[in-house]
Amino acid sequence: MAPGAWTVTGIRAAVAGGDLSARDVCARYLDRIAATDQRLRAFSAVLRDAALARAEEVDARRDAWRDRPLLGVPVAVKDVICTRGEPTTAGSRILAGYRPPYDATVVSRLLDAGAVVVGKTNCDEFAMGSSTEHSAYGPTRNPWALDRIPGGSSGGAAAAVAAGLAPASIATDTGGSIRQPAALCGVVGLKPTYGRVSRYGLLAFASSLDQIGPLTWTVADAAAVLQVLAGPDPRDATASTEPAPDLSQLLPGDVRGTRIGVPRVALDDGVDPEVLEAFSAALAILSERGAEVCDVDLPHMQYAVPVYYLVAPAEASSNLARYDGVRYGHRATLDSAAAGVPEMYARTRSEGFGAEVKRRIMLGTYALSAGYYDAYYVHAQRVRSLIRSDYDHAFAAVDAIAMPTTPTPAFRIGERIDDPLSMYLGDVFTVSANLTGLPAISLPGGLTRARLPIGFQLIGRPFDEATLLRIGDALEQDAPWRDERPAALDSAAGGY
Amino acid sequence: MPTVLTAADVQRIAALAHLELSDAEVALFTTQLTQILEYAERLKEVDTSAVSATWHPGAGAPDLRPDTERPSLPREAALAGAPERGPDGLFRVPKVID
Repeated sequence: MAPGAWTVTGIRAAVAGGDLSARDVCARYLDRIAATDQRLRAFSAVLRDAALARAEEVDARRDAWRDRPLLGVPVAVKDVICTRGEPTTAGSRILAGYRPPYDATVVSRLLDAGAVVVGKTNCDEFAMGSSTEHSAYGPTRNPWALDRIPGGSSGGAAAAVAAGLAPASIATDTGGSIRQPAALCGVVGLKPTYGRVSRYGLLAFASSLDQIGPLTWTVADAAAVLQVLAGPDPRDATASTEPAPDLSQLLPGDVRGTRIGVPRVALDDGVDPEVLEAFSAALAILSERGAEVCDVDLPHMQYAVPVYYLVAPAEASSNLARYDGVRYGHRATLDSAAAGVPEMYARTRSEGFGAEVKRRIMLGTYALSAGYYDAYYVHAQRVRSLIRSDYDHAFAAVDAIAMPTTPTPAFRIGERIDDPLSMYLGDVFTVSANLTGLPAISLPGGLTRARLPIGFQLIGRPFDEATLLRIGDALEQDAPWRDERPAALDSAAGGY
Repeated sequence: MPTVLTAADVQRIAALAHLELSDAEVALFTTQLTQILEYAERLKEVDTSAVSATWHPGAGAPDLRPDTERPSLPREAALAGAPERGPDGLFRVPKVID
């Protein structure tokens, strides 16, 4: 295929039309992974044999499966999403060697659509982090600059797509974990509306915030993968019964008359000048295509990070109570025959969890403990209501809200690892979409002079992913950076 | 509402969370959790006396499926990941009562 055609939609068309076999496509990606992933470490597990066998099955059924929307498309799956019989560790020692007995609903849907799962991608332990440095299996590197973080927690998912090791990944976003690494690796990352996609088979971090979505090179590909993932699921009572719209009718994106709001005040402080410059350039492209850009006020946005870092750890402390060494995963060896179940729980968890997970369990346990519950947890949930009503007011006047995805480009590995608060503050633009449940997308928004990617983020009304995809496609069509690819791994992988 | 945590506070929280911390971890978390809670103090500026809490972003009560009998995970599959198994398809744990 021509350079640039190795997209979800390009591969599907080539396999369905008989121009390529699913096996050849799969082998191409496996070869690229073999050539580069020793350095990048985007994958925690490469499912070479299973993927090739599956690709052969797709080829054998090609005539019957010709209409399937992801026919023969290789997909990488974040390691917090269950894949039956295949490693699923959440980047944690506590789940080393764990192989779930069932597939997550999103994995079943990918397989029904004809996709081929090529591997599991590395992430911060239990998706807690913004750099993928908190994985028990070591950090993933940024394909644009190997000494820098790829973002997190879905750093492996973003790096895999950016380096051309998979045309699409599926990952999770609890406070920016799809959008922030997508931004820092220069790819498209979509967090759907809470409830748009089933969470059945996702290793839960914060159940009122977690959502599964795609990372891809193009907006059309994000739409194609979301179409497969979305929809009601009887196995997840929080999955919306709202039927998924037909997203294929949206593109090419027309933004004439679309109103885009910008929270100017929130951009005044602490945002890198090159990020602001790129943000203005992207808005100018959209204005040129006929969008109407105006200011909006989100007065409580400054409280989103502290609210998030009370609510998310509180939910995590409850969800992670299940890792106790009884039913699956690691169990500590006890040195005394007199030691009982409580000792086994505590020793197992202390050996199995890394520092960031312990920190958040501690923070959440404190926020929920007697005497502090009202002052921290309940109060934070009330401020959360004010953040949501800011957005509801803004959406009376605009169709989408734009802001940078991150205040800075990718930082160096090790730079923030000893200062958790500075790591948390980098989530300032992403956490409010999770607190409110609103859909949000990060789009490639240009490069710094040092060739580090910058993300352009759009947040939409509930269940209106369509508007985000339409605006995103319009930006992509005219973006001068749309064909930029990371150079660091290019020669090893044999070009894009 | 004290914002400065002591080492004893950290030990108490760890016990609630079923974690055993080393002395170094206690010292580190005492400092770091204090920093994070001090940062969260800014939420006190916000008057929420007339605001209800958002526990969940979903719209109202979830749609519940009918409560009908259907196959569940086979017992062998559910036990396959167990660190230690007892006889007759059970999870085995250290002795709970003498």
